[in-house]
Amino acid sequence: MQRLALASMEIEDFGTVSARTVVAGVEAVCDPLGALYLPETRLLVVSDLHLEKGAAFARRGMMLPPYDTLATLKVLEAVIARHDPAIVVSLGDNFHDRVGSAHLPEIFRTKIADLARGRDWIWINGNHDPDGTVDLPGQSADELHYAGLAFRHEPSLVSPAGEIAGHLHPAATVIRREKAVRRPCFATDGRRLLMPAFGLMSGGLDLRHKAMTGLFERQNLIAHMMGRDRIYSVRFSNLRG
Amino acid sequence: MSTIDSAAGPALLPAPFADWFESKGWRPRAHQMELLSRASAGESLLLIAPTGAGKTLAGFLPALTDLTRRGKIPPGSAFTGVHTLYISPLKALAVDIERNLTKPVSEMGLPITIETRTGDTPQAKRQRQRLNPPDILLTTPEQVALLIANGEAERFFKDLKYVIFDELHSLVTSKRGHLLSLGLARLRRLAPSLRTIGLSATVAEPMDLRRWLVAQSPDGESHAGLVTAPGGAKPVITILRSEERVPWSGHSAKYAMPEVYEAIKAHRTALLFVNTRSQAEILFQALWAINEDTLPIALHHGSLDVGQRRKVEQAMAENRLRAVVATSTLDLGIDWGDVDLVIHVGAPKGASRLAQRIGRANHRMDEPSRAILVPANRFEVMECQAALDANYLGAQDTPPVGHGTLDVLAQHVLGMACAAPFDENDLFAEVTTASPYTGLPREKFARIVRFVATGGYALKTYERYARIRKTADGLWRVSNPGVAQQYRLNLGTIVEMPMLNVRMVKRGAKGAVGRGGASLGKVEEYFLEMLSPGDTFLFSGKVLRFEGIRENECLVSQAFSLDPKVPAYAGGKFPLSTYLADQVRSMLDDPARWGELPEQVRDWLALQRDVSSLPKRDELLIETFPRGSRHYMVAYPFEGRLAHQTLGMLLTRRLERAGRRPLGFVATDYSLAIWALDDLGYSFAVERPSLENLFDEDMLGDDLEAWLDESFMLKRTFRNCAVIAGLIEQRHPGKEKNGRQVTVSADLIYDVLRSHEPDHILLEATRADAAAGLLDIQRLGDMLARIKGHITHRRLTRISPLAVPIMLEIGRETVAGEAQDFLLAEAAEDLIAEAMGEAGI
Repeated sequence: MQRLALASMEIEDFGTVSARTVVAGVEAVCDPLGALYLPETRLLVVSDLHLEKGAAFARRGMMLPPYDTLATLKVLEAVIARHDPAIVVSLGDNFHDRVGSAHLPEIFRTKIADLARGRDWIWINGNHDPDGTVDLPGQSADELHYAGLAFRHEPSLVSPAGEIAGHLHPAATVIRREKAVRRPCFATDGRRLLMPAFGLMSGGLDLRHKAMTGLFERQNLIAHMMGRDRIYSVRFSNLRG
Repeated sequence: MSTIDSAAGPALLPAPFADWFESKGWRPRAHQMELLSRASAGESLLLIAPTGAGKTLAGFLPALTDLTRRGKIPPGSAFTGVHTLYISPLKALAVDIERNLTKPVSEMGLPITIETRTGDTPQAKRQRQRLNPPDILLTTPEQVALLIANGEAERFFKDLKYVIFDELHSLVTSKRGHLLSLGLARLRRLAPSLRTIGLSATVAEPMDLRRWLVAQSPDGESHAGLVTAPGGAKPVITILRSEERVPWSGHSAKYAMPEVYEAIKAHRTALLFVNTRSQAEILFQALWAINEDTLPIALHHGSLDVGQRRKVEQAMAENRLRAVVATSTLDLGIDWGDVDLVIHVGAPKGASRLAQRIGRANHRMDEPSRAILVPANRFEVMECQAALDANYLGAQDTPPVGHGTLDVLAQHVLGMACAAPFDENDLFAEVTTASPYTGLPREKFARIVRFVATGGYALKTYERYARIRKTADGLWRVSNPGVAQQYRLNLGTIVEMPMLNVRMVKRGAKGAVGRGGASLGKVEEYFLEMLSPGDTFLFSGKVLRFEGIRENECLVSQAFSLDPKVPAYAGGKFPLSTYLADQVRSMLDDPARWGELPEQVRDWLALQRDVSSLPKRDELLIETFPRGSRHYMVAYPFEGRLAHQTLGMLLTRRLERAGRRPLGFVATDYSLAIWALDDLGYSFAVERPSLENLFDEDMLGDDLEAWLDESFMLKRTFRNCAVIAGLIEQRHPGKEKNGRQVTVSADLIYDVLRSHEPDHILLEATRADAAAGLLDIQRLGDMLARIKGHITHRRLTRISPLAVPIMLEIGRETVAGEAQDFLLAEAAEDLIAEAMGEAGI
């Protein structure tokens, strides 16, 4: 993924690189950097930041590069600068493990404080970080209900209507001429929307995986896939050519 | 068996040996006695011998005679360590040797214990071996790494006298060989008086192997002695002359199946070699389609279930099979029953590989091996002819040993910390005695040690999580016992592509999938992603119906289809060797040599000469011609697919920059085709750009760097390096990761690391690796230098005969990198078209 490179590029016509969608009657824009923006309420959603993933692995003896937090925050900074939202919702798995936010190096803490200045910031708790954040601006919550939408980390099995969720890191695979290309995506059937993982070191789970079973009405499902420099919107039935 | 007299013989051989030889009516051969006398006198030695020359017995004689003189260790004596270590590249070979060695030892009644230790050895037996080692331990490189990383290594190896390396030529050229060279350096420290004996087939540079076998020092190089056994009877090799038309392209050789089948029928047992697993599946299927006599024909390749492979090997050894279709899994060592014919389907790609494979037929030195080469297309006809000439000339094109890689070094450093606390200077002195690491700079070693400790990042936030630490006494030691456990689980240098196990299930009446049946082997996950339930594919010699993926398994059922897909396996193809490439070029250039070629190939070349021209041995021929709405250029460097792919990528970038609007390219072992919207022939004629500029060596500078960092191949190389170096685990205690998870995170880790610390030691290792292996940059550089001032351009109005094969390949290539987004755009446009259609109603 060249998201980091994309974050530092000037975009001339945002309309051609992003994708519009509607969830339960609410208009939303899928940003090619992996965030969802709701223009009416000036609310920006990002999900599964998995900050400090490298450090979490290092604690277990795998010395992954310590640059993932920095990289993810750079992309977050770019997307916040583009939309200047009034509210930022981080949809859970904000940190890769429970102690992540407590051990966060000071430079990153300052960075987040800068980004949050002048806006509301809501940390939804995820399964990786159920205890909320330590010493960071904003509030923690298990769920947020706002502007006719429900924001939660894990998609609920009972009430799909108007749900924005994360957790599963959806990705879609396009197959043409016996060649397959897989990319993270925003997945929506117009009732619920699943967010791609925003963390730069987080992988994806295919829409056909059994964990996705029953979440969408497949005839209405569209994958807004994250290409190199723009979103490609592909109907589910059209993924396999 | 032939006998060669040796005056030195009787004196050196203890009585039981002399009697045994006598009872068999044999006499030890000259090279066996020479090796015995020189090794007994303390020399380390390399034995180069053809198959069937009694190589194995020769290798063990010094150890066996020494142990015989030592006699049985009385019970109650102090602990005695292992006396001789035998290391083979294949588990199966170690097991086979145990059988072959135990027989003479028990016939002579020698007081010697022999045991194997491989990945299959039960835990209890391994435990017992550590407490009570056998005299001779037969094992694999990975087991050696495990043993020396153990806290008891010092005790276990203190009495070590001999280390025997079988098939050394095949061991040393890989990362596995690098790891083993470091292991040998440690063994020398534990047992300073040990001697090494390397057993090898003929190689291009014996001196590389001789240096590898002994400690190198900064004062100058040293090397093992050399013993050479005389060559056996010359093999009888023919090229299959088919009545059928030889195809222009493709690799299946289906056209020749009736003749191949007749050849099988005319022999006792035939071994059929192919270059890739896909070819093996296709060939096997094609043979069974015409197997009217239902001859027992089996299939053997590395992706098949182990149990199944063992069954085939067993049946082979018992002479129950008439033919086996195999890939390189059967290249080495093991003594098969009565193989009297080798059939090589497809070009051998290297003269040495061909010699080795032909050696699989007929393990008796005094009878010639018989082999038939079956070229799959017209270029391969020439390549086979060139290889055949080479085999008669005894030319060798084995790959060089190469510099020791840094990822392997990192793994070894961690292993040594697991064995015992180490001093950094001492360990540096030790590893640089291994010949692949002799030139290692001290500073680079220091960076590797830091990498092992904390990842070696410029941003030092992991100090408190360090895996190894330097303590007050100046020694590095592991931080906790978990580190050693992690090391043991992830040891080794063979990194698998993400694969899924294939399991046969029964289909229920309503299409419901039943519970699991037999496991058939493994298929790459990438291939399975392309399948939908109901699709059919060829695997394990069967047509299978894809049912779906459950947990980490691919479920299949038996099916019938005339057009099943065939899984492709990454990295399965050998590139054409430099030596053979040169031979093919010189053959093209010399019509006098065409007499050896079949008429249809001669006609093809003659036609090419008339309508275009034939490339001279040291020139590069470029043809340009229009076809459909596109313009093509075809170049004929004959430098192998890998070098051509790199060249294609670089030329496309340059043409793009020159505004020539290139659209794509395809590479084969022989040539490279690029197509564009602009008239390339005209562009070159008016020098926009000129061909001299286009092919200038400076493309290996910035252009290469820029492309390399983005390239899919570099990411794959990074994944391998990261796994071997221990940055990414393949297995974590208690958690089996499947390959897919490793792939995803490796790519993302690569991107994050490259953007924040581009000169990190692991990226450095990755680039060096890619340059040496996957990209064949050295070879490309040599080619560009060679053709400077020798480029011939033919502007044609239509496709030439020589261009047909590569033009037929267009569309078969996989896409990578930038091209992938085109597929997304295509799928997305469908959505727009659909939306427009709805709007139009």
